[in-house]
Amino acid sequence: MKTLKYIFAILILSVSFVSCSDDDENTPVEVNPVEGLTMIYEIPAADHIVQIYSEKQNLEVGYNEISFRIKDLASNEYVGNAAPTWMPMMHMETMSHSAPHSTLTNSEESTVYKGYIVFQMASNETEYWELTLNYNLNGQAVEEAVMVSVVQPADGMKKTQVFMGSDETRYILAYVNPKSPMVAINDLQAVLYKMETMMNFPIVENYKITVDPRMPGMGNHSSPNNVDMTYNSTSKMYNGKLSLTMTGYWKINLKLMDQNGEVLKGEDVTELNPESSLYFELEF
Amino acid sequence: MKAFIPVFPVKGMLMGWLWCALICGSFTTQVYAQETPADSLKLIQLNEVVVISAGRQLDHQKQRKPLSTLDEFLESSRSIKMVKRGAYAWEPTMNDMASERLAITIDGMQIFGACTDKMDPITSYVDVSNLSEAEIGSGQQGAMFGNTIGGGINLKLDKSNFRPTGWNGSLESAYETNNQMRVFGGELNYSNAKFYLNTDAIYRKADNFYAGGDEEVLFSQFEKYNFSLNSGYKLAEDKSISATLIYDEANDVGYPALTMDVSLARAVIGSVSFNQDTVLGSLTNWESKLYYNTIKHTMDDTKRPNVPIHMDMPGWSKTAGFYTQASLNNEKNHFFFKLDGFYNKSYAEMTMYPVNSDEPLMFMLTWPDVRTKDVGFYAEGHIPFEKASLKLSTRLAYHSNTVADDFGLNSLKIFYPEMDRTNTRFLKSFSAQYHKMLNDFHFNGGLSYGERAPSVSEGYGFYLFNSFDNHDYIGDPELKTESSAEANLSVTYKKPTFEIKAAANYFHVFNYIIGAVDPSLSTMTIGADGVKIYTNLDYAQLFNASLAGKYAISNAFKLSGSVSYHRGIDDDGENLPLISPLSYGSALDFYKNQYSASLSVHGAGEQTNYNPAYGETKTAAYATLSASFGKRFFIKENDLFVKAGIENMLDAYYSSYTDWNNLPRMGRNFYLTISYSIN
Repeated sequence: MKTLKYIFAILILSVSFVSCSDDDENTPVEVNPVEGLTMIYEIPAADHIVQIYSEKQNLEVGYNEISFRIKDLASNEYVGNAAPTWMPMMHMETMSHSAPHSTLTNSEESTVYKGYIVFQMASNETEYWELTLNYNLNGQAVEEAVMVSVVQPADGMKKTQVFMGSDETRYILAYVNPKSPMVAINDLQAVLYKMETMMNFPIVENYKITVDPRMPGMGNHSSPNNVDMTYNSTSKMYNGKLSLTMTGYWKINLKLMDQNGEVLKGEDVTELNPESSLYFELEF
Repeated sequence: MKAFIPVFPVKGMLMGWLWCALICGSFTTQVYAQETPADSLKLIQLNEVVVISAGRQLDHQKQRKPLSTLDEFLESSRSIKMVKRGAYAWEPTMNDMASERLAITIDGMQIFGACTDKMDPITSYVDVSNLSEAEIGSGQQGAMFGNTIGGGINLKLDKSNFRPTGWNGSLESAYETNNQMRVFGGELNYSNAKFYLNTDAIYRKADNFYAGGDEEVLFSQFEKYNFSLNSGYKLAEDKSISATLIYDEANDVGYPALTMDVSLARAVIGSVSFNQDTVLGSLTNWESKLYYNTIKHTMDDTKRPNVPIHMDMPGWSKTAGFYTQASLNNEKNHFFFKLDGFYNKSYAEMTMYPVNSDEPLMFMLTWPDVRTKDVGFYAEGHIPFEKASLKLSTRLAYHSNTVADDFGLNSLKIFYPEMDRTNTRFLKSFSAQYHKMLNDFHFNGGLSYGERAPSVSEGYGFYLFNSFDNHDYIGDPELKTESSAEANLSVTYKKPTFEIKAAANYFHVFNYIIGAVDPSLSTMTIGADGVKIYTNLDYAQLFNASLAGKYAISNAFKLSGSVSYHRGIDDDGENLPLISPLSYGSALDFYKNQYSASLSVHGAGEQTNYNPAYGETKTAAYATLSASFGKRFFIKENDLFVKAGIENMLDAYYSSYTDWNNLPRMGRNFYLTISYSIN
């Protein structure tokens, strides 16, 4: 045992030597501002190119974080003063509607404009999503549009709910976090919008969403120390806690309540009622 | 050095010290021909010693059933009762306290089972073939073996110890009719004044047993084999080294009282020791040992019908440790010192296979790689007075638990968001035991205090299903240290042919650890009734009393009997679980001209103090009758010993309070044992 400890000590020492020398030789490397993101669309224009990035390989129904940047071909540089806005539009056969979306900011990386869109439905052969971008380039207002394809989530898990509340209002609730659930208390995050018109989706503030995770494959048991989601005005999202006691398939049963505690959608899970009509699904 | 000191401060230093001591010790040449007591262990007044050794001493007069399992041997002891979940791997209890409150060691080595459901008490990893005796100390009298509340059991390995016996060997076989148990064993030994080597092997295979009334108990089969090697070499007249290796494997073990069986339970146990007659001038019988053991335990439900969800539940337990001990004797006083330490790693996982095979596997860590470090110092002193003596002893230990696995730590943090990764305790034990002789009377009285840390399951278990009360259990890493104040008293009247002993002890256990229902929690196991969290009760009280007598009717006939009463209540006056009802046993033994015979009766009264909240139901009174007959033959210089017997003669259908979920006990059983010893 003693010998082993010496060997360990030597190993650890040598590792720290190696890591030290690494540090010394390191020259500052330019950080790739779109590291880890996939470029899903590229829009070529006369004097510039717009590149659209996502964490996923495709845009999916639900909450999508989207980044884009504009490359000025004249200077070969990415533009940091484009002040862009965007508008997603679903063109159906008989009507069109937009989708809940955030404003765009470039606060983290000056040349990367970031925001999110909650797509309520997938596109198909006859119904398609179009994303229109408006921005400034070299003092000119530019508008570019691109047809984007939105698919159902690859894992088949339901993470977006579009529903009519008992107050006759149509709501859109979408799962945001955790992206990689763990056997732990996870930070749970979701966005809630209401559909005022086809084009207007304001954020719903100060409601409450109760959280009851269940495992239907294992007697529909729950977990302790979950925290219901409440509105956070800084992130403009609903934050709560989600306890997952094991890996596998979980159904997160939800109940939406307004400021007065009136239940707008969802039911308690009981012996007789194994699931709520408002829920998210996840597996890991 | 810096790399491991923060992880392992005290033990690291102590291990270093031990190594220095070992190395220095082997180079010093102290050839004091000092007189040493025959056996330093005799200094501790153990309550009881159960003789096990089958082969070498052929002391079958004391053994009604020579090749029975170790479990049966232990059960024959007055102070030990065995909790049974099947025909194999019974769990010893003492003073109505089980594994977590006892210190059980094998030849002084700490070993911890790898099963979260207590299906592998460490007594299941040795066999009668390699043991000589079980030393039993009640309450803090067992603190020499480790931190304990209820007592300590040390299973002593059988060694030739440089006796000049030369070569000898033996072959043994046994057969039991009830469960078709076949036992084959053998040993081969060589020993002289300079060197010894003991080897033995034993194999047991049993089918399902039948309860009284010929009712087959499904899933009660088992198969096990065990090999062991013991060797010693004298470096000098006063110095020797010795080494031990045990390999034990059980397969296809049924647990009829549980929902799962075991496909593999495997232990490898090894040690090296250094012994020197004297050290540092006046210390004698210096013994130092380094040991390591590794256990793998795999539960299996693939043979069970109607399993709601298939599960894999493997567990691992690895322990490294040491001890070094010596005696100090002067004309009047005897002292004994022991420094010991161990490092244990307990890891167990559970994988559930969903009925819908498209869903991902459900995985959890049921023991989150808990690392336990313990370093203790034990000392005892005997102070003689005129016709009286006082024994004082103490154990002081540093004990810490660390959750090494992040997955496991995060899992537990679901329940205890503020919990620390490491939990450190300082455990104390003090005991004073007074012995007074007055003509033919012996009075023994003692007061003691002891502490223990929660077990891995109690501290860190994650959804451990207990089929006894049908609840899932969750550990609590923030449990308080359990402590016990204990008083014991016994009076013995001893005549050459007659002895009677009345004894009683009382434990007031503070912060008694037990599972309490948390109605807010949702059960994980399908069909379970609820979830219990290990909690500290303010206190619990345990009382045990016994009356035992022996009478030598003649040289050939000996009569013995005992009756015991037990009571355990919690701080609300409610009954604690697994407390024995009134129990009794009596035996008539005959031994003359190499013939032996015995007739014995065992029974218990109705269990009136039971607690349904812990899954208990009332067990009815029972009594069983057994008999055995033996004959020893001499064939030239060799010995042939034949023993046959019948247990539960009247084929009673019964179960005792120790039988998990009222699992019935074995019905009528005939056995035959043949041992042939070549000297």
